Amino acid sequence: MVKRLAVLDVNKCIGCMECMFACSRREGRVGFDKSAIRVRSAGGIERGFVVVVCRACEYPPCVKVCPTDALRLRKDGGVILNKDKCIGCGFCAQACIMGAIFWDDEQDKPIVCRYCGDCADYCVHDAIGLVDI
Amino acid sequence: MLMKVEELNRVLYVDLTKKDIKVRDRTDLFDEYLGGSGVAIKLLEEECPTGIDPLSAANPIIFAVGPLTTLYPTASKTVAMFKSPLTGNLGESHCGGRSAMAIRLAGYGAIVITGSSDPLLYLTIDGDKVKFRDASSIGGMDAQTVGRILREVETGSGVRTIIRTGRAGGKLVRYACAVSETYRHFGRLGLGAVMGSKNLKAIVISADKSVEIPKDKRKEYGEVYDEIHDVVVKSDAMKKYHDLGTAGKLYEMNKLGGMAHKNLESASAPEAIARELSGENFANKFLSRRISCAHCPVGCVHLASLRELYEPGYYFKTTTIPYDNEPIYAVGFMLGMEHAEDCLRLIDAVDTVGMDIMSTGVVLAWATEAYAKGLITKAHTDGLDLRWGDVPTYLAAVEKIVEMPTEFYQNLAMGVEHASSVYGGQDYALAFGGNEMPEYHTGIACYINNLTGARHSHLDSAGYTLDQKLIGKEFDIEEVVKSLIAEEEWRQILSSLVVCFFARAVYTSERVLKAMAAIGLENWSPKKLEVVGRKIHRAKMNFKFREGFDLAKIRIPKRIFEVPTPHGLLKEEDLRKAIEIYSEMISAQKSGDL
Repeated sequence: MVKRLAVLDVNKCIGCMECMFACSRREGRVGFDKSAIRVRSAGGIERGFVVVVCRACEYPPCVKVCPTDALRLRKDGGVILNKDKCIGCGFCAQACIMGAIFWDDEQDKPIVCRYCGDCADYCVHDAIGLVDI
Repeated sequence: MLMKVEELNRVLYVDLTKKDIKVRDRTDLFDEYLGGSGVAIKLLEEECPTGIDPLSAANPIIFAVGPLTTLYPTASKTVAMFKSPLTGNLGESHCGGRSAMAIRLAGYGAIVITGSSDPLLYLTIDGDKVKFRDASSIGGMDAQTVGRILREVETGSGVRTIIRTGRAGGKLVRYACAVSETYRHFGRLGLGAVMGSKNLKAIVISADKSVEIPKDKRKEYGEVYDEIHDVVVKSDAMKKYHDLGTAGKLYEMNKLGGMAHKNLESASAPEAIARELSGENFANKFLSRRISCAHCPVGCVHLASLRELYEPGYYFKTTTIPYDNEPIYAVGFMLGMEHAEDCLRLIDAVDTVGMDIMSTGVVLAWATEAYAKGLITKAHTDGLDLRWGDVPTYLAAVEKIVEMPTEFYQNLAMGVEHASSVYGGQDYALAFGGNEMPEYHTGIACYINNLTGARHSHLDSAGYTLDQKLIGKEFDIEEVVKSLIAEEEWRQILSSLVVCFFARAVYTSERVLKAMAAIGLENWSPKKLEVVGRKIHRAKMNFKFREGFDLAKIRIPKRIFEVPTPHGLLKEEDLRKAIEIYSEMISAQKSGDL
């Protein structure tokens, strides 16, 4: 079954950033510049957190606006980026009103969630997880 | 931007007088002293001239992180060092939040701030870009408001720290703190006052880099990371600190008879009060959210939500207030509070003005007793009738400590050691080495800790833990002192790496070495860690001695010998003897094992 990443219960998020670190650790890095998931406060920590990550939309606006077909629909849901085709126009990031397409300044290309679930493996409070599409 | 593990060696020097910066490679210090406390004390030795006024421009502020910072779970603390305006010697305070992550990922192992500015400034450190910004318009503002304004005006949302002072810092209250991420503090020993004396209102540090794990180390790093993560999340500490938080132990400590109540009039509050001020009660009635420091899965930070009617006509306000073991002790048990919500109101008031809550509670507890005994009068207190549990009066007193309408409040703002030297009542002025006491009245070890600890903090050598282990056992005082010294030395390693003390059971010597090796720091051994821990500890003590601290002359308030501990009544001669043993041990080892 194809999976996507989901925010299961944002109220359980403690803002530890373990998900962000886990995502960039896949690239051998400790930091956020390759991370496809972000946690930020919902306007002051007292209001809790917002987890921003690709929701694998059914009709993804990012795919619709990609001029080179670098971003295409994944079979059964979600999107896949073919970096070779990407020209770094940034339309996808503009089209995603969730703000879930981040930018890789080194490569000048988008960072899109691959639904691998590494981040969820480190979320011990079950705020995020992989779900079936 | 990518940086190497060893780029921790970059130290940012900021001169507030000249509005100038430079970055220096201090591999020499990081190779030998790891980072955190170890590097900070060496930088303090270099930057702080002997005998200076702690509130003069010559006093440096040093922030330091360490080799494990941000790379492993719970390595989430920043060490601040400075000369303390409260004690006149070593000022060292630790804080989590996002501070450590931001400093490391901005590309620095330490930041040294010297000089003093005109006008009032706030500093932004955005990776390699450092800006000096006019803070004139936010000078008189409280810590929360300053945070809110800077959050909106500066970039880097989510991956930055905003370290700021409240009004108390600008007014040079000697125990003013610095606040980070609204709910975390460089609480103890007066960093806020030092920032105030430099005309530095806030520091915004944004993370814009990543640390690259060397390719040949990635597999090993991943394995060690997972091991540490697994141990952290499965540890007892994880459940304890996440469930009720640090407040979870208040009730048991009171039941044990080791909890200072009403300026240590007794070491145990009545059962009904203990239940009211327990972590369980705070959680059941007020807990609204648990949050964590960056890269810590525990989430020990407990936030309460307090809804209050503040004006007739249905004018309600809801305030989010952080609570912990120490604040509930200091303004709850110590001030004779009878209701948890009163305690929260006071925590909020002290946080808002930006003072160390432990010092504030102990100062007000002394003032309450001195007032009851007639040493001070309404003329001193500017009309306040200080009484246990009287929240409106204490709220007014907090305000007056900051605004200092009378000479009495000017003296209170200098700490209880000073105030009691002016008005008397030293027998019950509960400061050790000039720093107001923590809650513990558990036995002789907690007081050896308070007196000899480099920061006079219960976290220096955790004497309160040792006291509890020794209940019902015969023990030799030399062994107790030896064990406390060993604990304080090992904690220098933890605070140099820098890992949170709450995870001390996770970071054993063996695991520390594995964690270091997995990021390329090899050539370390258990013995080397032990020796370096000792060197750092002695360097801190030597700084204290250099600045006039004298263990032989240290004042011990008589009150602690008048109230039974779980070990019975303590005797002054035993405590003095322990201090002598301590002095001999640290000077004997100084030349030997190093």
